[in-house]
Amino acid sequence: MSLEAELGLTLGRLELEVELAVETGELVVLLGPNGAGKTTLLRALAGLVALDHGRVALDGAVLDDTGSGAHVATEQRPIGFVFQDYLLFPHLSALENVAFGLRARGLARAEARRRAAVWLERVGLAGYTGSRPRALSGGQAQRVALARAMVSDPRLLLLDEPLAALDAASRTEVRRDLRRHLASFDGTRLLVTHDPLEAIALADRLVVLEGGRVTQTGTPDQVSARPRSRYVAELVGVNLYRGRATGAVVEVDGGGTLVAAGDHHGEVFAAVHPHAVALHRRAPEGTPRNVWAGTADTLDIVGDRVRIRVTGPVPIVAEVTPAAASELRLADGGPVWASVKATEVIVYPA
Amino acid sequence: MTAAVRRRRADASSGRNRAPVLFVVPAVVAVGFLAVPLVGLLGRTPWTSMATELATPRVLEALRLSLVCSLGAVGISLLLGVPLAFVLARFEFPGRNLVRALTTLPMVLPPVVGGVALLLAFGRRGLAGQWLDRALGITLPFTTTGAILAEAFVAMPFLVITTEAGLRAMDRRFEDAAATLGAGRWTTFRRVTLPLVAPSLGAGAALCWARALGEFGATITFAGNLPGVTQTMPLAVYLALETDLDAAIALSLVLLAISLAVLVALRDRWFPTA
Repeated sequence: MSLEAELGLTLGRLELEVELAVETGELVVLLGPNGAGKTTLLRALAGLVALDHGRVALDGAVLDDTGSGAHVATEQRPIGFVFQDYLLFPHLSALENVAFGLRARGLARAEARRRAAVWLERVGLAGYTGSRPRALSGGQAQRVALARAMVSDPRLLLLDEPLAALDAASRTEVRRDLRRHLASFDGTRLLVTHDPLEAIALADRLVVLEGGRVTQTGTPDQVSARPRSRYVAELVGVNLYRGRATGAVVEVDGGGTLVAAGDHHGEVFAAVHPHAVALHRRAPEGTPRNVWAGTADTLDIVGDRVRIRVTGPVPIVAEVTPAAASELRLADGGPVWASVKATEVIVYPA
Repeated sequence: MTAAVRRRRADASSGRNRAPVLFVVPAVVAVGFLAVPLVGLLGRTPWTSMATELATPRVLEALRLSLVCSLGAVGISLLLGVPLAFVLARFEFPGRNLVRALTTLPMVLPPVVGGVALLLAFGRRGLAGQWLDRALGITLPFTTTGAILAEAFVAMPFLVITTEAGLRAMDRRFEDAAATLGAGRWTTFRRVTLPLVAPSLGAGAALCWARALGEFGATITFAGNLPGVTQTMPLAVYLALETDLDAAIALSLVLLAISLAVLVALRDRWFPTA
């Protein structure tokens, strides 16, 4: 019982080629930069965009199969869709918005309204049944959209950036509620976001989509520990290199070498956390196996840490305390030495 | 307040925005040219005898007929024009631009030419009229139905154009949302699309009605000028000019009042206040 999709389509400049499986009960979050094709993928699963080729099946029932020509129209699919800007019908009240799906699926007016009212109460909006969408706050509109998508008991719930339209203040609260409502849903859930925090807070499993392709999948911990693309590395804030390993030595693509612990061979990724990078004004002596001379370049303050980009044979970002930064006068730039212990270089196959 | 508006207000207060004489003079003449006839009409209106002028059987008959014909024309336009606007707005098909040009042609066509064309098509010996007459025994020229058709021919484009523009401007993702909620095409159209384009549709219908109400050329050519059958208000005004000037003025005033009412009803659409 799950969603299985393997599809390809071209839309403008986007070439989407994706294989995706979501188990029932699992909350999969699709994470990716803008323009990666996340929304298009959701729309394709909903049947709102035609596939060039591929197959989509939900709980064993085929929704799309370009091989056999099978296609279930959007309105016949057992899905719930929360759109990025919610798309609540502006001419209908909150109650009528939620009841819309039940009415469209043939339920009598009174019964549809009764069930819609139950759902509005469930999302904490019992007092807003008569409100028009424009009278609702962003958080309230989001909850109406969620109730509208879930009221007819779909088997597949698709959520497109459900928190993106909210301001930071209401986001935390709405996210907590969203988490609770998603937890109570017993079908298959797929949520799209470009916000890594949201992804990590909500996901059982992350699927990273870049340029129409899945570049990485795994639990949030797995993905952040072993990024497989520059995009993910930057999101989780690690230095990521790609290269060829021979034993403990990694020849980095683009020049330079890294010495790691252990024994690796072939194409690999090497990840170094910025806090594992030490900076010195003079050539250091000691155990670190990786030492380069470079130039302190840009400086960023991240929380109570200072991040310094060091250019050199292997460009790297180091994270130090403000005290250390001022002691070494890193704000002035100039030559520095960077060192990393071999045990801090994490190497994994590419 | 946008930067542009701020700048304009600043210009106005500093006097840099004063219009040059070269433009002011023709502009004043233009306003006068447009306003003087209306003032003339109002000045010459027999206010005291208005009620009696309007209460004559001939005037009342023309009023009734005008309402019947113009509302009938709006009805036909809604029934046929809304689906046409939907097809034009939503579907790609070969010759779509040609169809759109054809639909809007009556807006620029001299109404008399429209009347002649209608006569040639639906007249007793016309292309379609011949068949209607023989097969169904339906005669259109010089009947009330004929007057309704003539008005619909001239007025429908206003509804089609306005509605199509509304359909194009609408965010179609609302229709996607309806589909994900289980609504088929018809339910979506009825419960989402139509309500969302209701303002455009209303404006289109009002324009269509105003145009139908004032229709003269096509009606008199195709349907004739038979009192109680095809003699609508504009036709009655024209006829009354020769026999009873006061009645003509009274009827004109009614038409003017209706036009003003339509203008006021649509003012937010055409002259949105900043």
